[in-house]
This record gives sequence, C-alpha cells and structure tokens, in this order.
Amino acid sequence: MLKQLGAAFGAALIVAGATMANAAGTISGAGATFPAPVYAKWAEMYKAQSGVSLNYQAIGSGGGIKQINASTVDFGASDKPLKPDDLAAGGLAMFPTVIGGVVPVMNLPGVKPGAIKLTGPQIADIYRGVIKKWNDPLLAKTNPGMTLPALPITVVHRSDGSGTTFLFTTYLTMKAAHWASDVGANDAVSWPTGLGGKGNDGVAAFVKQTPGAIGYVEYAYAKQNGMTYAQLQNKAGKFVSPTAENFAAAAAGAKWASAPGFYLLLLDQAAPNAWPITGATFILVHTKQAKPADGREVLAFFDWAYKNGDAAAGQLDYVPLPPAVKDLIRKSWSKIVGPDGKPIYR
Amino acid sequence: MTDAALSSAAGSRRASPRGAAVAKVFEGLCFAAATALLAALGGLIVSLVIGGWPALKQFGFGFLTSAEWNPVTDVYGAAGPVVGTLVTSTLALVIALPIAGGVAFFLTELCPAPLRRPIGTAVELLAGIPSIVYGMWGLFVFAPLFSKYVQLPLMMAATPGSLLEKLTVGIPNGSGILSASIILAIMILPFMAATLRELLLTVPPGVRESAYGLGATTAEVVTSVTLPYVRTGAIGAVMLGLGRALGETMAVTFIIGNSHGFPKSMFDSGSTIASTIANEFTEATSPVHASALIALGLVLFVITFAVLGLARLLLRTPGARL
Amino acid sequence: MTASASKVARRKLTNVVFEAFCVVVTVVALVALAAILWSLLSQGVGGLNLDIFTLSTPAPGSRGGLANAIVGSLMMCGLAMAIALVVGVLGGTWLAEYGGRSLYGSVVRFINDVLLSAPSILVGLFVYEILVAPMKGFSGFAGSVALALLAAPVIMRTTEDVLLLQAATLREAGVALGAPLSLVIRSILWRSGTSGILTGALLAFARISGETAPLLFTALNNQFFSLDLRHATANLPVVIFNFALSAYDDWRRLAWAGALLIAAFVLAVTILARIVAKEQRRS
Repeated sequence: MLKQLGAAFGAALIVAGATMANAAGTISGAGATFPAPVYAKWAEMYKAQSGVSLNYQAIGSGGGIKQINASTVDFGASDKPLKPDDLAAGGLAMFPTVIGGVVPVMNLPGVKPGAIKLTGPQIADIYRGVIKKWNDPLLAKTNPGMTLPALPITVVHRSDGSGTTFLFTTYLTMKAAHWASDVGANDAVSWPTGLGGKGNDGVAAFVKQTPGAIGYVEYAYAKQNGMTYAQLQNKAGKFVSPTAENFAAAAAGAKWASAPGFYLLLLDQAAPNAWPITGATFILVHTKQAKPADGREVLAFFDWAYKNGDAAAGQLDYVPLPPAVKDLIRKSWSKIVGPDGKPIYR
Repeated sequence: MTDAALSSAAGSRRASPRGAAVAKVFEGLCFAAATALLAALGGLIVSLVIGGWPALKQFGFGFLTSAEWNPVTDVYGAAGPVVGTLVTSTLALVIALPIAGGVAFFLTELCPAPLRRPIGTAVELLAGIPSIVYGMWGLFVFAPLFSKYVQLPLMMAATPGSLLEKLTVGIPNGSGILSASIILAIMILPFMAATLRELLLTVPPGVRESAYGLGATTAEVVTSVTLPYVRTGAIGAVMLGLGRALGETMAVTFIIGNSHGFPKSMFDSGSTIASTIANEFTEATSPVHASALIALGLVLFVITFAVLGLARLLLRTPGARL
Repeated sequence: MTASASKVARRKLTNVVFEAFCVVVTVVALVALAAILWSLLSQGVGGLNLDIFTLSTPAPGSRGGLANAIVGSLMMCGLAMAIALVVGVLGGTWLAEYGGRSLYGSVVRFINDVLLSAPSILVGLFVYEILVAPMKGFSGFAGSVALALLAAPVIMRTTEDVLLLQAATLREAGVALGAPLSLVIRSILWRSGTSGILTGALLAFARISGETAPLLFTALNNQFFSLDLRHATANLPVVIFNFALSAYDDWRRLAWAGALLIAAFVLAVTILARIVAKEQRRS
C-alpha cells in the first residue's frame, strides 16, 4: 500500500512538473458577478481575434476590490463604485464598462408583466413591512381601476451580499426618508422583514413558489425568465418599464465628465424615460503598474471591447456606454503608468 | 505477499541495522504526518484569530449575545447564526442518525446478499453528489413538496394558541429551519451510513454468529454485540456527520431563508454560521464586516471544540478511546 | 412459565419492530437518493454531448463544453488525494500504532476531529492567506492544498479506526515472527485494512470532488483550457456554482451536466476502488 501511495504521489508530482513547462501568458481579473457573462463573451471573442486569454471570474464585488488591493489579479471588478478617496488610498483607477438595471418582480396571480405600477416610496414601505397586503389603499393609488388581490405580501431579498442589493437599497434610501434612517444602503443590509434567497436564482425561486411575493433581480434574469415585473415611477414622474432603451436613457443623461474617478450612480436620473434603478459596473486597476505588459493587455482588451463589444453586450441584455463616455475613459487611462512613470497604453 | 514471503522478509530484516533504520524512519514519517495536521489546524486558528480580532475587540462579549447583524451600521452580533447552527445541526443529527443506523444494520444483518453491494454503492453515491446539487434540489424540488404536503397541513391543523401553532408559524413556501435540517440530514446520512456499515463489517463473523447461535435476535445482536464492538468508530462516524452538518454552506444557504434574527419557529427563516460566511464574505468590503465574518468562523471552531469535548467527557469509560 | 413465554414474545416483537424500522429507513434513504438522482439525470442528461469533453466553458450563447473544468478538477483532486493519502494514512497509523495513547496523541486526535468539521470556506480562506496572497496569484496548487486539508482528516480518522479494529492476534503474529512493527504495519495491517482505508479515501474524495467554497479563493477558475497549475485553474464545482444560478439556459444546462459528471465520476471511482480492493485481498 505504501508503494501505491508513493506511486500516486510521484505520478502527481510528474504531472505537476510537466505542467510547469506550459506557462501561457494570460491576464486575469475577478470581481462582480453581474457583468461576468458579458466579460466571458468578450474574452471569447477577443481570444479568437488576438490569441490573448483574459480570464475573468465572478467572486463578488467585495472580492474584486480585495483581490486588486492584494494584487492577486491584474484587474478587479465591482458593481459598487469606489469613492475617489478610496481609489486614491488604494492607488487605483476606476472606469465603467456596461450598464444594467434592477427590476422588481412579483408573483401575483392574474396580473400581467408590467401591469402594476409602483413608486419608490411604496416599495420602501413594502420592504419595511408597513404595506402588508396587495390590496392596501396605498398601492391602489397608483393603480386605479385595478383590483389587486387581498394576498399578504411576502418580501424576498438577496441573502448574499450583492451589487444588485446595493443599487436597490441605495435607490430606496434616495426615495424614502424612513428607509434611509431605519435601514440604509449597502450590498447587504439588516432587512426589517422577509426572507433571503441565494443569488438571483434563489430570489426568483422563492418569488415563484410564494403567491403574493415580491423580490428584485437583475434585468437579464427577469427578462430571460419572463417574470412579472412592475413599472416604476421615475424622477420625471413617468411610469416606465425596464427596457434596454430606458437604461440607456438613464446613462445618457448622467454627467460623467464632472464625476471624478467616474464615481457616479445612475439611480433616479432626470431623463424623461430613465429607468430609476440603473447602474454601471466598474473595472479597477492599479494606477502604478508593477507589470506594465499585463496592465497594457488589460487596457487593450477593454479598448477593443468598447470598439467591438456593443452588439454582444446588447444580446446579453446589457446596455453599452454612450460613445462620449468611452472617449472620456480612454483619456483617463493616461494616468495609468508603469514603473518608469510613463503611461502604459498608447 | 504470501505468508512464506512475509516470514522470509521478516527473517532477513530481523537482525539488520538497516531494518531498524527503516523502522525508525517510518515511525518518524508517521509522526510527521500527524504533526502536519496539528500544525495546519494551529495555523488555521491563528489566522482566524488575527482576522477576527478587530471585530471581537470592538464588540467584546456582546458579539456572542447580540442578535443584531447590520452591515449598514457596521454592528455585528453572532447570536442568530450561532443558534441557527446549533438548532439545524442538532435536528439534522437527530433525523439522520437513526436512519443511518437503520441502513447500516439493514445492509449488514438483514439485506439479501445480492442486494447488499448495489444498495451499499448507492448510499455511497449519495455522498458523492456536489453539495450545490442538494441545495438546488432542496430549493426547486423539495421545497414545493414540503410546503404542500407538510407545512400547509400542519399549519391548518394547528389550533390557535397551541404549541404546534407556535412551532409552525411562518411562510409556507418550503424554506426555513426545518427544511434546512432535513436537507442537511440527507447530506450527512450517506457519510454516516457508509462508515457505520464498513465498521460493522469488521466485526469478526465468529463473534456475531455465536451470538445468533445463543438464540439472540437481530435486534439483540446489533445492540449488545456488534454496536458495542465498533462503538469508538461509530462515534467517529457520527462526528463525521456532525462536522459536515456544522460546516455545510451551499445547501443550507439555498433553503434556510437567511435572516439574521433568532428563528421563532420550525418554519421561520434563520441562518447558520457557515451560510452567513458564504453569503457575505465575497461582498464584505468594510474591514469590520469581513472581520466579523472571520470571527464567526472562530466561533464555529469553538462550538466544534465544545461539542467534541463534551462527547469525550460523556464517553470517558474505562477503555474508551475517544 | 408464562412469564418466560411473554418475555420471548416481547423479544420477538422488539425484533420485528427493529427489523421493520431498518427496512423502512433504508427505503426512505433510497427514495431520497432516487429523487435526487432523478433530478440530476433529468436535468443533466440533456446537456451531455461530445462538446462537453472537447470544448472549454463558453460565454452565454456560444458553443462550448466543460473540458477545461474537467481536466482542472482531475489534476487538482488527484494531487490533493495524493497529499491527503500520504498524510492521512501515515498520521492515522501513528495514532493507531505508535503514539495514540500519549497526551500528544489524544491532542492530535482531537484536533483531527475538529478539522473534520472545519467549514470548507474557512479552509479556503486559510490557504488564501498562506499561499495565494503571499504569492500574489491564484493557483491550482493552492486549490490542491485546500482540498487536501479537507480530505486528510477523513482519511486519518478512518485509517486509525480501521487499524485499531484489526484483531490483536494479527499484530502479535507478525511481531512473533520477528518482524519489526513498521513492517507488520506495512505488510499485514495496511493490507488487511485496505478496504476500510479505501472507504475513508472514497468518502474524502467524494467530499472534495464537489467542494466549491475552498476553491473559490484558491484555484479560482479559468475560462480557458490550461494545464498550468501555477495559475488560476478551471474546475467543475466553481463552474457549476457560477453557471447554475445564471440567467442563461445554456449555462444552466452545462451546470447540471457538470453536476451529473461529478456524481458519475465518484460512482465510477467507488466501483473501481472496490474491485481493486477485492483483487488485492484475493492475491
């Protein structure tokens, strides 16, 4: 038996040794879960064209920030933008890549997708446990002529920390003073009521299994699963549906040029068709690159993606950035430098 | 190796100093291996203490007694997850242990010979399914059935004010403490059943057969002969199961409902230490939050220490070896 | 007379209840197994095709398979089991034959039981701190070490239990022949305990083959095919974890197919190992 153990160990070492010879130069990134599908798509297309492998892994926004600070990856990714002070403290540069939205979904027998209209304060009251039934007079106000069932409302939220929760709770904080004082905004909060599902899928499953439930998921998830969603009232006072056009409207109206370090939330934008819970997702890189060659590959990849990736992003239900914003980002790359102090890209 | 070869090998090495050296080296290797694991756990605990220290320093003893877990205000109390961990693991063990024992006894004492191997392999296969599959199965298959056939009837049957009503308060959608415990029980069952069976097979046939020969029934053979024979190993098997229940993350996370307060009933949502870590660690950006999660991990180790220590005390009988 | 008759009747009744209980719980366990297997099969078989074994994990909407993850998982699990078997079998042997009765021995045994319960996510974090962070990069080696840390305690525990259950006469017979204890262990005790140690190893393998949490912070994952364990390495559990909860049907199909592959692989290894053990006992 010892001999067999030794043989197994030896074989494993030989395999390990053999793999040493095969050192492929790849660039790596990790972080937010939300953009992982589109980064995977871009990486696949980019590899076919350039031969460079860019390995992006979804470990969560918090993980992305930690890993780029620990320099275990070439770039980090986060749904939650870092404030300019935090960027400066970590020696990081940040730029957005694509835009998406968070959608309230529900299980209301007999109610069609988009038929129910909600406002931010109403959602806050539902998630605080103040509005307990669907036939509450407060909900009837925005839904005249609709008979909403007398079902009790079951609140479903994300159990895992998530950029989706960050956008959702930040939106509620902006719209409802009670929410801001009692709960607040973060990628995980202390929920006043309800139950937590793991991931978008967990939330969707609980919503589907519980008549009268309300939850919130990423747009791609609501769309691919044909879930019943609500129209939301935006800052302009209009009730809008969650569509790619309405996310783009929110992004187009935002003042990127005056946002230092691209720190910008696209929530509750003033544009007439803007979907109120819209957000960009961000890339983090070191401003001083210890390995300029790898850093250059990262920037080259995103430059390529801005030029060639819009169609692929659209197919996966992400919204590309407006061209003007892309130009701003490219300009901002001049501050990303190598050990010699010179910009590493272009 | 045949007996003859063995004796000749033994004979040739009896007097040689090389044989003695080999023996010394072998013993040294065994010692080193045992020590390596000790060092690994030591390192693990040291890294948890370092990581969790900021949170423990900030919240002090309140970390254990407070049930407030609020990532927004950066205030953390572990009482909810601690209680959830203890309740779900205990329930899972209570459910799984009799079943695992029954399966093992069935396979060793009662099962027709042609069925032994297939059923035994099937039970081991259950141990090989990734835990995320248990979670998804629990969420998509088990939860709707559990809600329809267990939760709703129980809640209907409960008279207002009765104990049953208190135990069954909640949302009847299949999630909660009891569901998580059942999924955990299903997960730890194959571990315990497979190990128990293997242990029972090591009972020398003569011992068992003489008991049968004396007229003992199957139940008596199991309870007074084979089970006592493998007692120490059986406790190890239970510890294997309990250990997995305490530390299981994915499957529980899917179905427990993940709220940080004290669970109020069997159908209420709760959380466990491991599920809280799994849920929040990847997104924990505030240093105190991350530290609180690592401190939770430390608490789990303390619980494990306590459980194992207690088991030892209870079993401190002459000759017991745990 | 009647007293003893009623006693016999009671013993019989107890036995019938006991046997019925054993049968019923076995059926219950098998039904649970069948239900889970059915979910796995009904969802997983649809995703199985040749691409699974030849192409790497795709982006949503592209053609792809799981080849990178299968190879990565095999390499890491193989290396992890090699490490864990060496440490676990030797450590378990030390506990059973050399130092088990000493204070140090009982400390090691206690620590090992604690490690059995270590939540895998904490083991992952620990390996992250000692290997990934200092070396500034995720690697398949780090993943193997994390998995080995989970597997070794299981093997150590079962090895010790199995060795201690060997009849003392075997040990004494060996020593009486003049063989040193180390030779007796290697030639007799390990040999007759192979089946039990193997069960421990299989349970350990089954446990690590589906573990996501310890790999998330150590091996990470890789979208592309690579044999280089020095970098982020693709593996089935993380792929399943990422894909299973995604919005895209093709990713979810791959996730279920991957889960089915892991279960099938564990089954295959279990059966193979049983055959090997049987052959060995016969020779």
